[in-house]
Parts: sequence; structure tokens; C-alpha cells
Amino acid sequence: MEVTLITGRTVAQGEEMEKGKTGEGFKRACAVIELDPEDMSRLGAYEGDEVRVETDVGEVVVVAKKSRDAPHPGVAFMPLGPWANVVVGEGTASTGMPPFKGIKARLTLAKGERVLSAEELVARVYGKE
Amino acid sequence: MRLILRNGFVYDPLNGINGEKMDICIENGKIVEDVKDAKVIDCSGKVVMPGGVEIHSHIAGGKVNTGRIMRPEDHLKNVMPKTRLTRAANGYSTPSTFLTGYLYAKLGYTTAFTAAMPPLMARHTHEELHDIPMLDKGALTLMGNNWFVMRYLKRGDVELAAAFAAWLLRAAKGYAIKVVNPGGGEAWGWGRDVRNLDDPVPHFDITPREIITGLTRVNEMLSLPHSIHLHANNLGRVGNYLTTLETMELANGTKPARERQVVQLTHVQFHSYGGDSWRTFASEAESIAKAVNSKDNVIVDVGQVVFGDTTTMTADGPMEYYLSSLTGLKWSNRNIELETSPGVTPFIYSKRSPVAAVQWAIGLELALHIKDPLKVLLTTDHPNGAPFFRYPTIIAWLMSSRYREETMKEVHGAAQRNTTLATIDREYDFYEIAAVTRAGQAKSLGLAEKGHLGAGADADVAVYDINPEEVDPSRDYKLVEERFSATSYTIKDGEIVVKDGEIVKVVNGRTLYVDAKVDSELERELERDLDYYFKRFYSVNLANYPVQEVYLTRPTPIEVKTNVR
Amino acid sequence: MPRYTDVICSFCGTLCDDIEVSVEDNRIVDVKHACRIGTAKFLSSNDLEHRLLKPMVRKNGKLVEVSLEEAIERAAEILKNAVKPLLYGWSSTCCEAQSVGIELAEELGGVIDATVTVCHGPSVLAVHDAGYPGCTLGEVKNRADLIIYWGSNPMHGHPRHLSRYSIFPRGYFRERGQSDRELIVIDVRKTDTAKIANKFVRVNYGEDYELISALRKVVNGGELREESVAGVPKEEIIALAEKMMNCQFGVLFFGMGLTQSYGRHRNIDNAICLVRDLNVHTKFVMQPMRGHYNVVGFSEVLGWQAGFPYAVDFGRGFAWYNPGETTANDVLQRGECDAALVIASDPVSHFPRKSVEHLAKIPLVAIDIHPTPTTQIADVVIPSAIAGIEAEGTAYRMDSVPLRLRKVKEPPEGVLSDEEIMRRLLAKVRGEAPKLEVEAR
Repeated sequence: MEVTLITGRTVAQGEEMEKGKTGEGFKRACAVIELDPEDMSRLGAYEGDEVRVETDVGEVVVVAKKSRDAPHPGVAFMPLGPWANVVVGEGTASTGMPPFKGIKARLTLAKGERVLSAEELVARVYGKE
Repeated sequence: MRLILRNGFVYDPLNGINGEKMDICIENGKIVEDVKDAKVIDCSGKVVMPGGVEIHSHIAGGKVNTGRIMRPEDHLKNVMPKTRLTRAANGYSTPSTFLTGYLYAKLGYTTAFTAAMPPLMARHTHEELHDIPMLDKGALTLMGNNWFVMRYLKRGDVELAAAFAAWLLRAAKGYAIKVVNPGGGEAWGWGRDVRNLDDPVPHFDITPREIITGLTRVNEMLSLPHSIHLHANNLGRVGNYLTTLETMELANGTKPARERQVVQLTHVQFHSYGGDSWRTFASEAESIAKAVNSKDNVIVDVGQVVFGDTTTMTADGPMEYYLSSLTGLKWSNRNIELETSPGVTPFIYSKRSPVAAVQWAIGLELALHIKDPLKVLLTTDHPNGAPFFRYPTIIAWLMSSRYREETMKEVHGAAQRNTTLATIDREYDFYEIAAVTRAGQAKSLGLAEKGHLGAGADADVAVYDINPEEVDPSRDYKLVEERFSATSYTIKDGEIVVKDGEIVKVVNGRTLYVDAKVDSELERELERDLDYYFKRFYSVNLANYPVQEVYLTRPTPIEVKTNVR
Repeated sequence: MPRYTDVICSFCGTLCDDIEVSVEDNRIVDVKHACRIGTAKFLSSNDLEHRLLKPMVRKNGKLVEVSLEEAIERAAEILKNAVKPLLYGWSSTCCEAQSVGIELAEELGGVIDATVTVCHGPSVLAVHDAGYPGCTLGEVKNRADLIIYWGSNPMHGHPRHLSRYSIFPRGYFRERGQSDRELIVIDVRKTDTAKIANKFVRVNYGEDYELISALRKVVNGGELREESVAGVPKEEIIALAEKMMNCQFGVLFFGMGLTQSYGRHRNIDNAICLVRDLNVHTKFVMQPMRGHYNVVGFSEVLGWQAGFPYAVDFGRGFAWYNPGETTANDVLQRGECDAALVIASDPVSHFPRKSVEHLAKIPLVAIDIHPTPTTQIADVVIPSAIAGIEAEGTAYRMDSVPLRLRKVKEPPEGVLSDEEIMRRLLAKVRGEAPKLEVEAR
């Protein structure tokens, strides 16, 4: 399924970030994708299911959440953090600003796949521990 | 460090020294009668003056930085790359803090006051002043649209208004009371303005007249070193000279608490406009000069225009909006709660524009029609009329009617037709230049140790490579302009900081602020009001408002004994 | 038990200055008035398990604990050996540290950039075009009767913004508080802020520019020919425009929803023009919702020292500014910088993959309070005190009001403030003894 992906701040992300980024809380707050309920049923996903998010530059597995800001069919939201940024595209169109919002993304179910912690994700994608 | 500046032509108007060949002796940062074992600097064939004192220049704070940030196109026009001694610096009409210090020092200036500090933003102003090297500094503090001031004056409580002003100067680490478009700044909170002295301020039921007379009384009750520093209503409006004349009358009958004026009307060039539309725009400089000549308690500074691109910035928010709606250029504004409403917009003074040509002439007319050079101070209202480093050009214009004629030929004919400039033969001499660039400023500000070279003065000195016996400024105006652009020596607190036009030492100056004490019972009453107002209407807590001394370089409080209650 | 009042919260650009903090045995035991995020930040200073406490240097692929002196020496070496280092972060520390950082960038001939680059950078570009008609937040509290949040969700990003400055507080001319005001939210999603608004306007994703243009057309007396623009029906646009023209004091708060979406700085440029157009009819101002508590301070300090608000390259010996070229993500994605220093920021979490891939390849110095994905890939890690809790300093609120951050407790043993770390690093780079603090101030 194709969606327009938006990334941004949430209060939980902010709170967990301040507590430290090595804990489970940070992952719980940020390794998620908020979906419109209609989109969820089209995808066949339930709250808490793992979903693979793919873009031209990369892919990442995160947990599906029902959006509290619905309806917004076709638009999905990820809190800012390492998970979202693995799939944010290249370039800045000469503005200095990367395309954090409005990313074309493909979603597929990935039930049972492990969602990596921030540490694991960084080690895997960028090769440094 | 001990120094003797030997055998220069000394111009020191406050001590009546007019081009006498003499030695200036320096010890421990002060001018002294005599000094032993000193390093001797040969100043023969050179002009020696006290260090320049800048009385009104937008060099630090929120609106200056808004100008810098809004105008990246301004900075690469004027670049001074990093050296072993100096920081990377840039900016034309909005020079960086470092460049501001370096450029003033090269001009022979050693003290500068930033023109308009909103108290809520004072910490910012001081952070920038902190980063301006080479100069002693201070800040004129905005009060003309302050809610406390307006409310106290409305109910006739001048004592509390004075207690508040004293507290505010202490809290903001400010030096003097600045009044900008009194009442108009508050009206701008609703997108409005006041247009004459009796136009009431919306919701506050007070008039500009009452604010000005009230703050004049406050200033004299507190016996502050400087007088009120007034940017009158209707700046830049056609026909505004009538408001200006009327405003001057408000000083009538007030005795100054110190040896100085009761009011300094600032950048009065922008307030000397006649005509009834931009089409009939004309100079009324002569009427203004006449009024100044006839009064003993009013002085002015010029606000001279020099042709070119600049950035206008003032606490007069409605005026900046009006200007940007005339030019269509970008516009910034920031209404500041309970206090003021500054704005910023670029402007180009074009030689082909009839209005700009007349504005240029008006500033010079004022300087030339006002007889006493201690009553007309040279400013460009930097950067509103021009960047401050254009002073040498203005000095050359004042010293040479031939130079003025040459320039007049290049500019729109309105300068000839609608002003009296072409009819003026007067030419300033070096003594008068010293008066309008340092002596008058120091006197107006009440700085006893500045603006002169008598024993006990700060050893702030400028030496220019001009030989008055050989140079005829009337003819050699280009040379005068060049030599005033970069000193042979600038001496700050007894140390050589500029030599042959180059910075040779970077120093940090003092920060001057006024610490005026009022009756403690009155203070307690004030504190109750402060507490009430801050809790309800400010967006910061009272405890977080005052500027800590840690922000000031060499903090120098001027203690003032007042006669409030 | 020491109890501190008027404490300033160093989390977001709202910079609340009414926090009360109780401290016992150098632990914060109570925080009053702060929001969820602010409280978490204050309390996190106790949590030494999640703090960085020891300097580390990467040796044989592993970060190992070293002395502070060794960490600073190694950091200085990395920076001195680089041709074009990038100095990035800055928004979550005080101006005093930023100021030394700028001096260091100048000394090194490096590029200095802050998180402005990924939040309101486009707003700054628009300010270069059109200016910035704004006000302080107390003006909003005292005067505003119409409040618009566009592409901004303060309930999450700036939790106390609504209660301190905009909708809820009573003001001098708004004695009844909320009932004297109207709140409109324009967004692609019905956010938590939208849920409490008097009116929510849903705009199609990526079509904000069109909606702003339609509003400007109505405000300037034109007629809309389309039945709807950006998913908003014509009648609704006209009603909104009239509301804006007829209010007494209107304010437009805007956020990442405008700056990061399609159009970027053009959206803001158009919004500034809308505000300017509205000033013909009434009083109207705007305010970007700045995220990090001192992101504004960085632009102010760099502004007065170098003339430009972010993304400055000192490689030429003077400040060179060209967003799109000198901005951090462009410098990284072109693979141009050969070392980096990151302070008080976590670009590994917050930059796109391509930028981070280069960051992982070059020597990296990270200064932070917590371990983050950035410290994880760094070659030198230096722990720092939390500005506003364990160190004093200056910060600028989103509306440029400057405040002095307070210190309420001591940092963990041996941990220095960002300012002090930067001073030592600068001195080391120059081969000098570090300046005494007194002298520097």
C-alpha cells in the first residue's frame, strides 16, 4: 500500500528523548507509524502489528498505531527519530531542508518481525557500535 | 602606560583650546598635567582631538540584529577577514558587533551609545554590547510608551514614575531615558499611531504632550546625567516641522538639574519637513534652527542622510510600516509587551530622488544654521540616515561649501530649489568639528571625563594626519574626508589601539549605566505595582527581568543622588 | 531543602520561566508548573544511569573511558587535522557556549550550523525575502482576539504555549481569557490542538501555499473563482479571511507543517505577505513555533557576530553564507566535511540516512548529556552539564526574549558545562592555556 509519509514531533517522543535514548521507552515512542483506521484495514494491520516501511532510500520495521488525529486517509505519520530517518529521502532541493514530510512510502505487513532498538538500528545501518 | 602626544594641533572645545600646538600627557589611562619617563609620539603637523563620542547609533540589540538577519545581501559589501588580532567581521549598514568596534576605533571614536534599548530585550542589547570591542558603551532606554510610565503620569504620580524610571534603568542597565514617538508605539499595538501632541493614546487616556512633559520632570527630579532623549512624533511625515516646533516648546520653563539641556531632540533632520504632500516636500530646517538658536535648554542631533543603500530601524513601529508601504520593501516589526514596538525596513537614498536630495540638504542646513556647535551634534542616526562610517564625508561637507556645491550638482534639483543649502557660505573649522563630534556629545550625556583633554579626563584621544597650517579644508575636502576616515592614532584608556589606520590592539571598554537611588518607601510602593503587573501582564517573571552584571564588560555604574520625595 | 523559584525550563522555545524546583542532596525531588516533557528533562538530571559521565575515545573500534584531558586533546587533534570540519548542534545549549563555538569555527575555517537548518531554516529564507512582522508573546496574551496555529501542534511540541501566552491566559485587554479569543487550527490532520479549537480547517497535504494565496486574494479584495482550494470550500476561505480582517489583533503561529512540507520557504514567504496584507485592515503578526529552547539564541549570536543566522562557512577567513550549499545536510550529503563536532544535538537520529552515512565515515566528536545514537558512532565523547539545570547561561525564547538560565544543582562529578568544554577545546586548538572564565565575561 502506498502512503504519503509525514515525520514530526510528539509529546511522547519529546519526553522519552529527554529521559535518554537508550531505553525501551524511546523505542516505544518513536518506532511506530500512525495510520488512518481505513488504511489500517486496507493493509490488514491491527494496533501493535509490525509494518515494513519502504522508500527509495531504505526500509525499516516499526509498529502500527491507530491515529488519534484521523481521518487522514493516505497520509501516515512517524515521530522523528532514527527509525523515521532511515527512510527519509536525499537532497534538500537547494534549501538546506531535507524532505522530512511528504515522502512516498510503501507499507507491507511484517507481523512478527523484530523491531530494532535505536542502538541496534544504528549499528546495522551505519556500521558503528 | 605613560604617553606624551607631542606638539600636535589640539582642538578641545570644552577647554577652549583651538588648534594650539601643545603636548598631551597620559598616565594610567587618564590625561595628566605632566608625565615622566613616557613614550613620546610625535604629533607635529597632526590634529589632536578627544576620542569621538557617539550619542545616537543603533549598534546593538534586537532590531539591529533583525536588520542583520533580514538582510544577508548587506554583508558581503563590506568584509574584513580574520587576522591574528581581529575577528572575521562584515556588514555595511548593519555591521557585525566586532566590525562596529573596529570601525569606530578607526574613525577615532572611543565611546558609543546605542540608541534605543527595549528593557525587556535589554539582556540582548548587552550581549551585543559585550561583543563590541574598542569602545566604552551605554544604552538609551525606551520609556515613552511604557505602561507603568503612562499610568503613573496619567494619575499625576510623578514621584512613582520617577521611582519606576530609576528602577528600570537599574534593571535594564541603561544610561538614559529615551522617548520614541510617545504614545504612538502603544497605539501601534492596535495598528494605529498618534499624529499630534494632543492625540490621545488608545485605552490609556494620555497624550504625547503629557508623556513628554511628565518624563522631562522625571528626568530632572532624578537629576540624571543625560536629559531626556526624544524622538518626536510624526517622524518622516511631510509637514512634521510644526509638531517638532511645538514639541520644543514643551521644554520652556524647565530648569535642568545639571549643566546641560532639558531635552535632546534626536535625528531632527527627519523632523524638519515642510510641504503638504511628497510633491511639495520642502525643507523647514531654517525654522527649526531658529527655534534651537532661541532656546537655551534644547539641543538637537542631526540624523544626516548620505546617499546610498541602508537599513532603517527604530522603535517607531508605525513609521517603519508606513515607510515600507511606500517602498514595497521587506518589513520587520516586533511589538514588545508593555514597552515599545520597533520596526526595520531597508531604504535607498537615491541621488535622483527629490525627497532624498532634500533630506540630504536638511541635515547640513541644520548643522550650518544652528550657531552654537555644542547645540547640534553630528549623527547619522546610524544606520537610518547612513552608516556611521560615512561621518568623514559629512565632516568634509561641513568644512567645504565647494564640496557641497559639487554634490548638489549630482543630486536632484529639489535640493537647490526646496532648501536654503545653496545660500549658506558657512564652513566649519576643526574646532567646530570637535564640538559636533565629541565635546557636545559628552556634555549632553553628562560625561565629565569624556569629550575633552583636560587633566583628569579619560585618556581617549584621536590623532588625525591633517596639518591645519597647510591644508585648506574648503579646497582640500577630499583629503579631509580621507584623513578623518582612519586615524594616525586612536588611544583608548591610554593605550594605542589604532595606528596608521590599522587595529593594533583589541580592548574591551566599560559599560556605563545609571544607578539612581530613590526613597525606600517609594520603592516599596513601586515593588507592589511591579509585582501585580508582572504577574498578570508580562510574559516573564519579575525575578527574571533585571539584567545581571555578568553581561557587562567592565561594568561602571554611575551613582546618582536624586531628590525624589 | 533548597527550593528554587522562577526557574527557566530548558526544553522548548516556549522557555517557561515560572518553574519551581526542589532539590535534596543534589537530586531534584519535585518540579512544579512544568509540562510532561519539561518535568522529564528536570528529573532526567538525577538519572545517572542514562547520563554520560565519563569522557570516551574510540580505540580499536571501541569507545573506552579516558581522562577529560585526553578526550579534549584527541578532539582538538581531529578538528585541527581537518580541512573542513562541520560544527553542528548548538540549539540545546546556552549562548555563551555558542559564542565560543563560533570562535572555534572561525579559528578552524570550518562550517557552523545549528538545528535551525532542519526546523525553521526555510522561515529564515522567507524572512530574507519578505521580513518578519512579529511581537513578543506577552503582546499576544494582552491583546490577541484571534489566534491561528498553522501546521503546528503545540499540545505536543510546546505543551504550555496555549496556557501561558495564547488561548487560555487572561490579558490586559482580554480579561475573560479564553472566552475573549478565538482559536483556529489549520493542519492536514485533526491534531490534539485542532480538537480544542473553535474551528479546524483541514488542508490537503502539500497545498498550504494555494490556501494562503486564496486567503490573500480575498483579503486584497479579489474574487475566488474556484469552488474549493486545497480541499477547503470557497465559503470557508472567505469566512476565514473575513475573520482575519475583522479581528482586533490577530496572530499566526506556524510550524514544521509549513516549513518542511512541499513549498518550504515559499509557504512562509507567502504567509508573511498575507500578514502584511492584513495589516492594511487590522493589526496582525506572526510567530514561528521554534522547537529547541535556544535555537533562536544561536541565530542571534551568529547574527551579531557573523551577520548570518545559520549555515556559515568560515573557510575563506570570513563568513560565507549560502543555504543549500553551506547547510549541514548539504555539506554532509556532498561528502564535503572531513570531520565533525556535534554538541547538544543528535543528528544521527534526526538527519536523513544519507547525511548520517557520511557522518559515520568521518572522525566525529560528540558533546552531550545523554548517550544518543550520535554518541554511539562518535570517536570522542565528552559528557556535559545540563544548561539550565546544572549550569547558567543565556537562552532566547521563540520571540527573541532573552532569559538567564538558572543553575539548581551541581553536575555529576568531573562533568563540565558546554561553555567550559568549548573554551578548553578552543584553547587546545590554539595551543594556549584556557582563558579564565572571569576574564572571558
